[in-house]
Amino acid sequence: MATYLEFIQQNEERDGVRFSWNVWPSSRLEATRMVVPLACLLTPLRERPDLPPVQYEPVLCSRPTCKAVLNPLCQVDYRAKLWACNFCFQRNQFPPAYAGISEVNQPAELMPQFSTIEYIVQRGPQTPLIFLYVVDTCLEEEDLQALKESLQMSLSLLPADALVGLITFGRMIQVHELSCEGISKSYVFRGTKDLTAKQIQDMLGLSRPAVPIQQGRPLQAPEQPVISSRFLQPVHKIDMNLTDLLGELQRDPWPVTQGKRPLRSTGVALSIAVGLLEGTFPNTGARIMLFTGGPPTQGPGMVVGDELKTPIRSWHDIEKDNARFMKKATKHYETLANRTATNGHCIDIYACALDQTGLLEMKCCANLTGGHMVMGDSFNTSLFKQTFQRVFNKGLNGEFRMAFGANLEVKTSRELKIAGAIGPCVSLNVKGPCVSENELGIGGTSQWKICGLDPCTTLAIYFEVVNQHNAPIPQGGRGAVQFVTQYQHSSTQKRIRVTTIARNWADAQSQLQHIEAAFDQEAAAVLMARLGVYRAESEEGPDVLRWLDRQLIRLCQKFGQYNKDDPNSFRLSESFSLYPQFMFHLRRSPFLQVFNNSPDESSYYRHHFTIAQWQKAGYQDMPEYENFKHLLQAPLDDAQEILQTRFPMPRYVHTEHGGSQARFLLSKVNPSQTHNNLYAWGQESGAPILTDDVSLQVFMDHLKKLAVSSAA
Amino acid sequence: MSQQGYVTAPPYSQSQPRMGGFSAGFGPPNSSLHYGHYGDPNSSHAAPQPGMSKPTVPLGSSAPLGPLPPGTHQFSQNNFQSGASAAGQQPHRFQSPPPPNNTGPSYPPSSLHSQPASPHTASTSCTTQLANQLNSMQINSYGPSAIQSSHTSSGHPASFQGPQPLPLTQHQMALPPGPQIPPPANNFSGLCAQSSLPNMARQDGIPGSGLPNPNLQQLPGQTPGPGYHPQQGNYGPQMAGSQLSYPGAFPGGPAQLSGPPQKRLDPDSIPSPIQVIENDKSSRGGQIYATNTRGQVPPLVTTDCLIQDQGHASPRYIRCTTYCFPSTSDMAKQARIPLAAVIQPFATVPQNETPLYVVNHGEAGPIRCNRCKAYMCPFMQFIEGGRRYQCGFCNCINDVPPFFFQHLDHIGRRVDHYERPELSLGSYEYVATLDYCRNNKPPNPPAYIFMIDVSYRNINSGLVKLICDELKTLLDKLPREEQEESSAIRVGFVTYNKVLHFFNVKSNLAQPQMMVVSDVGEVFVPLLDGFLVNFQESRSVVNNLLDQIPEMFADTNESETIFAPVIQAGMEALKAAECAGKLFIFHSSLPTAEAPGKLRNRDDKKLLNTDKEKTLFQPQVNSYESLARDCVANGCCVNLFLFPNQYVDIASLGLVTMHTGGTLYKYNNFQLNSDSPQFLTDLRRDIEKKTGFDAIMRVRTSTGFRATDFFGAIYMNNTTDVEMAAVDCDKAVTVEFKHDDKLNEDSGALIQCAVLYTSISGQRRLRIHNIGLNCSTQLADVYKTCETDALINFFAKSAFKAILSQPLKAVREILVSQTAHMLACYRKNCASPSAVSQLILPDAMKVLPVYVNCLLKSSVLTGRPEIPTDERAYHRQLVMSMGVADTQLFFYPQLLPIHNLDLKSDAVPAAVRCSEERLSEGGAFILANGLSMFLWLGVSTPPELIQGLFNVPSFAHISTEATLLPDLANTYSKKIKSIVEHIQNQKPYTMKLMIVKQREQPEMLFRQFLVEDKSIHGGASYVDFLCCVHKEICQLLN
Repeated sequence: MATYLEFIQQNEERDGVRFSWNVWPSSRLEATRMVVPLACLLTPLRERPDLPPVQYEPVLCSRPTCKAVLNPLCQVDYRAKLWACNFCFQRNQFPPAYAGISEVNQPAELMPQFSTIEYIVQRGPQTPLIFLYVVDTCLEEEDLQALKESLQMSLSLLPADALVGLITFGRMIQVHELSCEGISKSYVFRGTKDLTAKQIQDMLGLSRPAVPIQQGRPLQAPEQPVISSRFLQPVHKIDMNLTDLLGELQRDPWPVTQGKRPLRSTGVALSIAVGLLEGTFPNTGARIMLFTGGPPTQGPGMVVGDELKTPIRSWHDIEKDNARFMKKATKHYETLANRTATNGHCIDIYACALDQTGLLEMKCCANLTGGHMVMGDSFNTSLFKQTFQRVFNKGLNGEFRMAFGANLEVKTSRELKIAGAIGPCVSLNVKGPCVSENELGIGGTSQWKICGLDPCTTLAIYFEVVNQHNAPIPQGGRGAVQFVTQYQHSSTQKRIRVTTIARNWADAQSQLQHIEAAFDQEAAAVLMARLGVYRAESEEGPDVLRWLDRQLIRLCQKFGQYNKDDPNSFRLSESFSLYPQFMFHLRRSPFLQVFNNSPDESSYYRHHFTIAQWQKAGYQDMPEYENFKHLLQAPLDDAQEILQTRFPMPRYVHTEHGGSQARFLLSKVNPSQTHNNLYAWGQESGAPILTDDVSLQVFMDHLKKLAVSSAA
Repeated sequence: MSQQGYVTAPPYSQSQPRMGGFSAGFGPPNSSLHYGHYGDPNSSHAAPQPGMSKPTVPLGSSAPLGPLPPGTHQFSQNNFQSGASAAGQQPHRFQSPPPPNNTGPSYPPSSLHSQPASPHTASTSCTTQLANQLNSMQINSYGPSAIQSSHTSSGHPASFQGPQPLPLTQHQMALPPGPQIPPPANNFSGLCAQSSLPNMARQDGIPGSGLPNPNLQQLPGQTPGPGYHPQQGNYGPQMAGSQLSYPGAFPGGPAQLSGPPQKRLDPDSIPSPIQVIENDKSSRGGQIYATNTRGQVPPLVTTDCLIQDQGHASPRYIRCTTYCFPSTSDMAKQARIPLAAVIQPFATVPQNETPLYVVNHGEAGPIRCNRCKAYMCPFMQFIEGGRRYQCGFCNCINDVPPFFFQHLDHIGRRVDHYERPELSLGSYEYVATLDYCRNNKPPNPPAYIFMIDVSYRNINSGLVKLICDELKTLLDKLPREEQEESSAIRVGFVTYNKVLHFFNVKSNLAQPQMMVVSDVGEVFVPLLDGFLVNFQESRSVVNNLLDQIPEMFADTNESETIFAPVIQAGMEALKAAECAGKLFIFHSSLPTAEAPGKLRNRDDKKLLNTDKEKTLFQPQVNSYESLARDCVANGCCVNLFLFPNQYVDIASLGLVTMHTGGTLYKYNNFQLNSDSPQFLTDLRRDIEKKTGFDAIMRVRTSTGFRATDFFGAIYMNNTTDVEMAAVDCDKAVTVEFKHDDKLNEDSGALIQCAVLYTSISGQRRLRIHNIGLNCSTQLADVYKTCETDALINFFAKSAFKAILSQPLKAVREILVSQTAHMLACYRKNCASPSAVSQLILPDAMKVLPVYVNCLLKSSVLTGRPEIPTDERAYHRQLVMSMGVADTQLFFYPQLLPIHNLDLKSDAVPAAVRCSEERLSEGGAFILANGLSMFLWLGVSTPPELIQGLFNVPSFAHISTEATLLPDLANTYSKKIKSIVEHIQNQKPYTMKLMIVKQREQPEMLFRQFLVEDKSIHGGASYVDFLCCVHKEICQLLN
């Protein structure tokens, strides 16, 4: 057998799955003692050029509570044309179409190399993809010009039949009608008034009166499609028109007096965008792309008032409960995000400004819907321009690297339960026998909705071992997990991707070395980091850090080899050797550190953490790769090469989004020698010293000391 | 109480405890009972005379009888004394015994006899009783009782059906000599005894005899019947005649009207408005009227003359009800003559009169009295060698600012007296400084916003296209200052149905941009830059837009509209642009769409003549009031062009227009072909009008009296500042004054009206009008200088304002009672002693009764279901802002004979009195009242006249569809057209010409304007009303 490293890599390449533990402890208690939970990173739509989709429906287990998909792990009786579900052991008849199967004539889904398989199914009408641009006009002339050009350029990148719409906002919100001849027409909304979806649809004239109003006039043919297309038109029809419209776009004309911020109605603009799509194309793949150049300053969702003398909230204000708009705004955007998720649409946020733009409050819009979040200094930077362009990049097979409205369902064999997921998803609240009562992340469900995803979107899924210590799973058994992802492909096809994996059970007492050897420290670091970030969202920073530290120490105690109270004797096996370093960088990263970061930046990094976190861990050694943070996909290979020389580069490193800014890089590069010890450091996030971070060496020393301490 | 008689306004106010009850309310208590009868039979009759009427009187059929005072009225001595000159000149003796006059063929003769017949042989008592009888009949005529009485006379309607001249002959035939009288006489005695008409009627066995149909015919030549006093005979019949008119309100009316010429009180013998007008024309017309003397009475509004400002404001700007104020408030209360000024601060002056001088003191600004803030004017007295001046208004001594110092001449007048308009003229303007500007910033030029209802109806009728096409040319005619090349006024465009569409027409756009605002609940302006533009600069974009609008909505099926949000939007737009301006709203329907100011159809005829009738004139929802306030606060004037097909609730829709100094135009059932010229002329005129924006007016007075009430298209936030979002040349504010103290005869009563406004070019200015009136301790002086036309203007406005809070009945009663009081006071204090029964009218007021009667007959004060509520609300609103000339014409239309024109002369023919009797079958007449114009053609109009006018061979060929006379190349046609043009000239509203042929259906409409006749809606004829007033006066004198 190859090394675990190879095994891990191979599994990831085939299935897009990485487990923290590749041999599973066979009882609940043991699993808990492993410190790092049994969990996996799943990249549902991992790019698989070698995986041709099959053109038929998957075969499902007939047990209503199971409905697992036929997979290579199933026992098949070729003579009786029966198959046994490997999750519930239900024996199922093959459907008539499978009459001809035999050992030598197997359908793809039974072949071991197709542990991941994709079905193309015919469900409902196919609707073109929808792109709704929501554009801030309170920008500097230069910024607006750059943004306009980017948007105009993007029209050529869209699929020709995609529907596109334009909403501009500043003090007011304009929903542009795109099919007008002779006069350009837009519906205007006040930026200070929150409207219900119904009101928005009424005001946009999207709801038709039930009865024709007047008699004596020819009844007009029902024109439902026409209605929808007033604001959303196929690109090929109106690209000229829209190009002109974008070209004529002016800065928000309302005067901004000295000492004021422009009035920016981001909250209502988003609300209208959501309402528009909700009314016209529910459950259809659609991106709301918000381009904003500053914080929302009025109406629902406002983050800061228009007085420049009042600065936007800082972490300090938030700690002091002094951010007067934050809660209300966050609630506004959360409501919107949830509505958007319900409709299966996603929201991208492209925020380019030197100051904060309210990402903290708006983050859920991208987080919950699987949208992109890009933060930059200006729309007139290559950072934005290239990032934006890459959104429309095509994959290896010439398809857009985006998918919509995915429904991820996880099925487990009986020994496992699902504790939760962390990633750009929302719960669908589907309870079932395999759902654990203990939640880690978004739990209490076996299904999640991921409104926008691409081949890199990765979710962390946490499991729980069911069996009690006194009734462990018999040795040699295998646990199985099936991931079923139904989604709308960028080609507008409906597809289902099914991944089924299995891992061996092992008794942690007798076979700890097996389990240890099968530890995936990179995956584990990410999984722990996700948990940490998830907690950071709701808890105080130092608490999370302490929790992380404790976990790390416990892990070292569990798996380290040392003599008690002798730090110098401390050794970790190879499979754990890098893990403490990862943790060191994690705790210093902007994901968890708010010092020197604005709330927006924290939100930004945390958002990315869910996807593209890992490169951060290594970059203290590579300041020469500063461009790495500016360039995204293109230098991926370069970056990967470099990174791989340092760390085994995890598969899910895809730097699709903009990196940090130089100050962060520099502040991370070379932690100064410092007098502070570990504990003091963690609590001084507010101190005005530029950096009092410990160096890695100090950190490791402390770690060793604590790990070997008998007091711990 | 006496104060109520002094001026009409206070009585209307609810706070007057006695106003509510009508019997107690009007006039001095002793007389009030009498007036109480007007319109309220039931309550009235118990009060006056216990023994008179019986409870047995069936309600409704009987008009309550007036009190029966002992025979004090000597009708035989009845004189209509028209001032000193006219006094005693026309004693009208009506000798004929009143023969019963059967007005309808089917009418039972007996009934005719019943009423007039008087049992009394004693002349005095007879007369009084007759008089009373008459009064009671009158009563019938006014209130609901008229209606009620109708049902009793079942025979009536049929008999009166159809307009035919027949009755006339019948009347004449029915002039029976005395013999017929006795039976009635008997009845009459019964009547007297019972004091109840209906009873009497029953005695006669005539159903429904409450109707006084019995027309007693008075032929002057007839010998009085036995036992009849001639006068009484005269009156009796005459009143009976009036009674006939009331049934006339029912279908039979017109017939009645068409048969007036009983020879009763000779109409020519009672004061003629036409005569008064013509007399004034001939004595003062064409001359120069110099305003150099305090308290001089100007020529009538109907008289053309050249006015020279020599220290007092031209009567074009200010007219007063009297030019000599009584010295004391006691006198004023006694006379009850309203002391009021009708101020038309922006009145148009003819080309040949001097426009206002503009005084510019630079940064120093206007010179004002330190105490009362009055502006420098000819009433300031310079003293101490010119170093100081004494304010004519508050007597404060002020220092003369150094830059303004000038020496005095030998008569104490500044040497530069004639060089400075503010020292020598009654009217002039000041350039205002920043202190007079909003936020101390110079104002921006005003803006006009055109807001077009593009709902289905307006698109379908072609109206939208018409407006858009017209605007393309009209926008070149925006008003500008004389010296400027082009107008500074910016324009903006909005269309709407149940949502609003704003348009960006910025000059650099390739095509206009439309911005839809659907949030009508909280409307806002979606754009700033590009909404209001200079037409010259944005011409191509604007024209592009105006071309597109009709097409854009060509296939609309939106029939619901909003209204209040439209105004709101316009107002917000002006506010955002920081300028004042006018909205031109073209609207057609009741705004029923879900939005603020949404209205429902609340027109309810059942409310007529109830205490709730007033609600019909009040806005339906409160939001319009606050909208009006906001508009005024932001200098947003709302001009409303309405094109209703049905009830649109003008009381609500027009409210903002009313309070913002806007103008309301209404085109019922707008038809593109026939109504376009009228509408377009109105629109053009309105756009071109010289207007002051964002105006605030203050009226200051010299000590002893002050302005207490204001009427007009204005808004009052407090008791002194008259706010007007805009004020144009046609808008007049009527200001009422009251005494604070005794007035000094030497210094007189001085009035200064200052209007601060923004000019069309965006300059902040003050327009000052000064006028000095005399004061006198002699009532005769007061009466001598009264101006009836101004009085009517005041009465109309105060009454029309009062109907918002008072029942119609009360308002009418007050009008009658005040008229009687004013005349009675004159009679008592100024006229030479004569018998009480003589009607003596002051010369300056001799046509007051006819005008008051016209006012009473106006649709606003007539609660009849046939008159659409909107029409009443519309007239009410128009009158509220009218000047004296406009009210004069509106209440007493001009009736011009055009069949016997002197084609060689340029002159407009002399008008004739507005009465059926003045028409002739062979004649053609033009009638105009400022809103409507008729061309009435008698059946025998000469064919050559018809040919000349219409280019058709005969009467039958004339189409009454046309609303314009054809342009024909003959002198006759040209002459008529020039007359029509002359009539139309300077009138605020374009009159649509209606062609009416004698004895065709539309004639009904025309007849309503013959205001001296009985009205089909129940109004009394002039003669009847005069008698009624006379009787009231007699009551008062006793």
